Amino acid sequence: MPESPVPTQLKSQESNNTRDGASASPSRGKAHAPFTSAATPDPSDAMVLARAQAGDHHAFAILYSLHKRRIYSLCLRMVGNIAEAEDLTQEAFLQLHRKIGTFRGDSAFSTWLHRLAINVVLMQLRKKGLSLISLDEAMEPAPEEGPGRSFGAPDLTLAGAIDRLALERAVADLPAGYRLIFILHDVEGFEHNEIAAMLDCSIGNSKSQLHKARLKLREALRSNAQQEARS
Amino acid sequence: MSNKYRKMSCEEFQAQLAEMIGSGENVSENEHIRSCELCRALLADLQTIADAARDLFPVEEPPEKLWEKIETAIKSESTNGTKGSSQHAPHPPKVNL
Ligand SMILES: [Zn+2]
Repeated sequence: MPESPVPTQLKSQESNNTRDGASASPSRGKAHAPFTSAATPDPSDAMVLARAQAGDHHAFAILYSLHKRRIYSLCLRMVGNIAEAEDLTQEAFLQLHRKIGTFRGDSAFSTWLHRLAINVVLMQLRKKGLSLISLDEAMEPAPEEGPGRSFGAPDLTLAGAIDRLALERAVADLPAGYRLIFILHDVEGFEHNEIAAMLDCSIGNSKSQLHKARLKLREALRSNAQQEARS
Repeated sequence: MSNKYRKMSCEEFQAQLAEMIGSGENVSENEHIRSCELCRALLADLQTIADAARDLFPVEEPPEKLWEKIETAIKSESTNGTKGSSQHAPHPPKVNL
């Protein structure tokens, strides 16, 4: 008797994204809008895009205003610093300006732009060379991460309650590659196939990295909880 | 040899979990999870984390002045031409015949 059903919509949160980016509500990008397929862009968006590609500065300004929130928020989530996020956003849109002519429309524009912005962010993270592992490293299966590691006494479960700030801190402490996947999928609502295209990795890789990221977060939250319980 | 005749261990189950979750399988219906409290707790925790993620790091608006900075940078790039870009010749060079 399945008396304690476990909810299982862990994977795609299809109602939880604003991949069109454009129509994102001003305060939160995560309007629970009906799933807008990346493959069917708004025709007026396509017009703006075509004009921007042809060098129309006004059209480029519109593109900026359509996508600035998502790109800026992505940068901010990745670096956690406003000044730096502004610089990265600027660099991303400068790159966009340089490269927009090369966009061929074989992926959604917002996916393509995300990919571009991600590369800008990763370059910056590499430059800083902090305790971050590179995306390539994050994509390598880490040997110490056997499945057994996630065992734990049931009494240490998170019990459905997570302190938001604690989770944000734990996300900020993730290695960059894991943080990126987690943010793209669980926070921003991208699908694995889109993430795979953005990061040049396989879909299976995206799934397993996301899983590892969540496991790491769970570990962090549990050790948090343990410490709190002790003090 | 079908798995049917033998119970999956936690380790085996968890090794498959990333793929199961990622492909949208209804993991809570899985035979192992129905009989294993540990893995059920793990799954519930992962679900809690994924659910909580939606409310993390609200989408932020960049400052107004950022566009001005970008515009300025674009203009200086298109007048200087070069800056890190290969197509630094917006106008084709004149050919003197
Ligand atoms: Zn188990």
